[in-house]
Amino acid sequence: MTNPYVPLLVMGLLAFVMGLAGLLSSAVIGPKRYNKIKVDAYECGIQPSPHAASGRFPVKYYIVAMTFIIFDIEVVFLYPWAVAFTELATFGLIAMIAFLLLITVPFVYEWRRGGLDWD
Amino acid sequence: MTFVPPSIDWAALAPIVIVLGAAVVGVLIEAFVKDAVRRMVQVILAVVALGAALVTVAWRWTVVQAQGPAELVGGAIVEDTPALMAQGVVLICAFLGMLVIADRVGGEDGFTPVAAGAPGSTYEAQARRLGLVQTEVYPLVLFSVGGMLVFPAASDLLTLFIALEVLSLPLYLLAGLARRRRLLSQEASLKYFLLGAFSSAFFLMGLALLYGYSGSVRFADLAAAVPAMVGMDVVLLAGVVLVLVGLLFKVGAVPFHSWVPDVYQGSPTSITGFMAACTKIAAFAALVRFLYAVVPGLTWDLSPLLWTIAILTMIVGTVLAIVQTDIKRMLAYSSVAHAGFVLLGVIALTSSGISSVMFYLLVYGVATVGAFGLVTLVRERDAEGNVTGEATRVEQWAGLGRRHPVLAVCFTLFLLSFAGIPLTAGFVGKFTVFAAAVEGGAWPLVVIAVLASAAAAFFYVRMIVLMFFTDPDQDAGSTVVRTEGTTAIAVAVCAVATVVLGVVPTPILSLTSEATKFML
Amino acid sequence: MQDTPLTNLAWLLIAIPLASAAVLLVGGRRTNAWGHWLGVVAAAAAALLGIGILIEMLGLPEAERIHDLHLFSWIPAGDLSVDAGLLVDPLSMTFVLLITFVGALIHVYSVAYMEHDENRRRFFAYLNLFVAAMLVLVLADSYALLFVGWEGVGLASYLLIGFWNQRTEYAVAAKKAFVMNRVGDMGMLIAMMLMFASIGAVDFETVFAAAEGTNEGILTATGLMLVLAACGKSAQFPLQAWLGDAMAGPTPVSALIHAATMVTAGVYLIVRSAPVFEGAPTAQLVAAIIGAITLLFGAIVGCAKDDIKKTLAASTMSQIGYMVLAAGLGPIGYAFAIFHLVTHGFFKAGMFLGAGSVMHGMGDEVNMRRFGALRRSMQITWITFGAGWLAILGIPPFSGFWSKDKIIEAAFVGEGWQPWVFGPIALLGAGITAFYMSRLFFMTFHGKARWKESEDSANESDKDLPVQHPHESPLLMTVPMIVLAVGSVALGGLLAIGDTFTHWLEPVTGHVEHHDPVIAIPVLIGATIAIVLAGAFIAWRQYAASAVPVTPPEGSVLTRAARVDLYQDAVNEAVFATPGARVTEVLTEADTTVVDGAARGLGSGAVGLGTWWGRLQTGFVRSYASIMVVGVVLAVVVVLATRV
Repeated sequence: MTNPYVPLLVMGLLAFVMGLAGLLSSAVIGPKRYNKIKVDAYECGIQPSPHAASGRFPVKYYIVAMTFIIFDIEVVFLYPWAVAFTELATFGLIAMIAFLLLITVPFVYEWRRGGLDWD
Repeated sequence: MTFVPPSIDWAALAPIVIVLGAAVVGVLIEAFVKDAVRRMVQVILAVVALGAALVTVAWRWTVVQAQGPAELVGGAIVEDTPALMAQGVVLICAFLGMLVIADRVGGEDGFTPVAAGAPGSTYEAQARRLGLVQTEVYPLVLFSVGGMLVFPAASDLLTLFIALEVLSLPLYLLAGLARRRRLLSQEASLKYFLLGAFSSAFFLMGLALLYGYSGSVRFADLAAAVPAMVGMDVVLLAGVVLVLVGLLFKVGAVPFHSWVPDVYQGSPTSITGFMAACTKIAAFAALVRFLYAVVPGLTWDLSPLLWTIAILTMIVGTVLAIVQTDIKRMLAYSSVAHAGFVLLGVIALTSSGISSVMFYLLVYGVATVGAFGLVTLVRERDAEGNVTGEATRVEQWAGLGRRHPVLAVCFTLFLLSFAGIPLTAGFVGKFTVFAAAVEGGAWPLVVIAVLASAAAAFFYVRMIVLMFFTDPDQDAGSTVVRTEGTTAIAVAVCAVATVVLGVVPTPILSLTSEATKFML
Repeated sequence: MQDTPLTNLAWLLIAIPLASAAVLLVGGRRTNAWGHWLGVVAAAAAALLGIGILIEMLGLPEAERIHDLHLFSWIPAGDLSVDAGLLVDPLSMTFVLLITFVGALIHVYSVAYMEHDENRRRFFAYLNLFVAAMLVLVLADSYALLFVGWEGVGLASYLLIGFWNQRTEYAVAAKKAFVMNRVGDMGMLIAMMLMFASIGAVDFETVFAAAEGTNEGILTATGLMLVLAACGKSAQFPLQAWLGDAMAGPTPVSALIHAATMVTAGVYLIVRSAPVFEGAPTAQLVAAIIGAITLLFGAIVGCAKDDIKKTLAASTMSQIGYMVLAAGLGPIGYAFAIFHLVTHGFFKAGMFLGAGSVMHGMGDEVNMRRFGALRRSMQITWITFGAGWLAILGIPPFSGFWSKDKIIEAAFVGEGWQPWVFGPIALLGAGITAFYMSRLFFMTFHGKARWKESEDSANESDKDLPVQHPHESPLLMTVPMIVLAVGSVALGGLLAIGDTFTHWLEPVTGHVEHHDPVIAIPVLIGATIAIVLAGAFIAWRQYAASAVPVTPPEGSVLTRAARVDLYQDAVNEAVFATPGARVTEVLTEADTTVVDGAARGLGSGAVGLGTWWGRLQTGFVRSYASIMVVGVVLAVVVVLATRV
């Protein structure tokens, strides 16, 4: 009797081997002549900014990033709710309103404590 | 397929809703209430919320006694006697812990004025001069307690995971908020976060495997699928082990204990007390539910692992505690050893095992909150005689018994309880756990546990000898600061409870022995 | 059943001293003025109640003299429920009377002895605490409750040995006693576990009833563990080392705890557990052997000590060796063990109080080489001490004769090799005892004074001697000594004639037919007295008739060994402490080298980050995480290994 998960295991192993093979082969075969451009940070083809590689980002950048993630996740939940809106009916509506209100609470906190002031 | 909205029994959810609701209100208070009164409002809100939740748990206990256990929120959470007992114990320790957290001992609270400031920066110095306070501590503790309330009552793997994260994330943050020794505190926070995330990954992987095995995340379905093990037992066992790893990480069992000493040492001491007591209670309650109700059929497979872990935990915790020279680290390793003792009751797999675990956790939690509460009071002095950080080096406590007998006697009491000396609660706790383990056939473990606790008595007694019979070292001068009263109240309650539970444990034991029927 | 109002109040025996201790500890300095008298009254009240219960018990027929008083249900845990109850029977009442009566006398004595100590109130609180704990120990009706008392007396003893903890070596002595007792306590705990595992209960009634049908292997293991427990508490070989150091405590403590009561708890435990030992002859034999070894060990050590209290401590060890030997002989010995325990309680406590009185008069000097010729200046002490001395020697008709002689006789009873080993050892022990106790007595009270009254002594040879003004102690101290001396003189004969005491214990120890020793009794008595007189004579010639050097002579190998307690500390250090410390060291070493080493190894790869913070941080977390991974992998392997 074959375990239904055996194919999955085989696939996983294959993926692992492929990934490893790529890394190993490039490390073994590839030429190793480095110059400044080659070891520099890669920023989508544009001239890398001098601070990106060694310096720090201002902390405000992270605050914005985190705020973005919160709303991003909110949207992730809103999409399926929109799809199943009719079936979920009132229960779904109330639950989502509660969810949105709860999401708003930390946002209000952030706003009141100056997290959104850039300067 | 039609959607049936789950019925929500708000009364049964009341304890959780009260605590989490108060936490949300706490965040709004942060946003809208003026600086001058904010701390006061937060403290009152937190204490009242925890007290109200405790009362509600007591009320729900009577309801469950009368009407039997029930599923809530479509089976994500259950309300049964073990869950309520665990919630009650968590809330008692959290309440006492909150009293310690809220105290501004020596005129300042134990938290940094501005968590975002780099240690030693002018920004931080300025915030300190302005007397800022990071009152976010209170909602964070409440969120964590909310997670701890859901954790033992969770009845599916996803709820269990979310509760784990809800209880952990605020703790990661709180660990980094110590007022003094900022670097150590931040280091603790980062370590706790990284290793916590790491263990969560294992937990999640186990959860995935269990879902793969049973096709459901519900405990009830999983329990029903366990006996059917056909061809897939490797997946099942690996999943169970990984879930156990996640839970054992939280209780600090060896070899998943490495974070414990560093985090306990670096965190603000009041938070350490809260965390050491409450996290352990919640995690053990979840562990017991998982082992007793979900996978009881796997006892035979799991017992070699659990025995090994229990033995390692007791021995490593005890031996390393002996060589510590820092009180917080010593208590940390001692808490590792205690996790091993509690595991004995877990391994027993008898109904007296469950009740003994609950009793032990209460006893341990109360003594832990009290002991760490006292640590917050003993401070160093610098060359100019200013009171600075906590005096956590062991030798700084020398002679404390002469200068501050009440404090030293209370600390002695907690140490004796940790050591399991008769007529303290710790003795009854150890006794019931050992008895349950013997009943469950784990007597070799009990022999090791007795040896370990005999060895452990060494460092507890060494501490007592140091406090009472050793002359204080003039260079390592320490002093005791005044409390605002709440720490004193918490310590007094803990001390009284430690004695009372040691002398007349019967009422509480009969209560915990009713908390042994799990509902799936 | 007759009505027994007083017996039903037996819990008050414990409650009264406990309440007094609580008042004294909680009351703090406010009770300084009258605290010591409260302590005395509490002890006396317990003694009176004890006497009342005794009288009530004597009025009952023998079969009804055992009462089990249920107090409350203490730990109900699963199948095991431990009730707190008191067992009032002739055996426990014997101890109750010894503890409360001798205890009350020593309380009175302490009022004067501790007069100039500013912590006198606390001292009395601890003494009361001790009395309460000791009464719990002897009145308990289960091993669990007995263990509470067992730990309680350990605690009180620890607090009292370290009472003058401003001296570091005293605090160290207290800790040593505590740790060595802990080893014994472990034996007690394991014994309880074994009982629970095999019988399912730890109360005396159930355990003893079930003992007969229990596997001999388990009973032997239980018995051996109980013997281990007894060794710890009663300072028997190999756990004897703490008793000598325990003399750091104030002298009344040495008299009460480390001579009359607590150290005899081991004997009580063995006699109380008689039904267990009946089924475990090996354990019984081990007890007898340990008793025999200790009685010689203590006696030899006693011969070489110059510290008056340490000599008495060695003697206590040796005398308890007699009791353990007797208890190990089985039913024929139980009653004699307890009998010797009682008489010893009187004469040894009396001698300790006498020693305290000598120290009181000699400015806290304990070295006997600085005493001599004290009989003129301290006549009451001399007489009372003399009564104790004659008693411990076993000179008829003093108390010790009646009890020790019975043990020597019992040691000669039996078959095979045992009577021929135990008997001569007991006999030899009596001779050595006579030597060192006479040495102590003569060095202290007789011979030439090795001190001088005043500085301007005419005699040139006196010039190095210390100045002392020996004087008799106050009434509060001498009266208890006199009472104990009367006991040392008369108690033995009173209880032994007509076998009163043996009959009294029969409801507990059972009736025993008389056995004849392998040597006729009159010969034995004659031999004992002859050897005792010989020992005493040698001591007289050496220490009374000739001069005693102030600085100890180098002595033979044996003397030097005996002065350092036959190397007991060195042995302990080598056998237990060093390996224990080594294990800890190795584990610490492993922690620092393996864990930290791995951390540093990994961390060195991140040197580029520059700051110590980063390096330490990354290193540690990575190593912690790798520990976890190893743990997880092993965990999965362990579980899956059972499947593959």
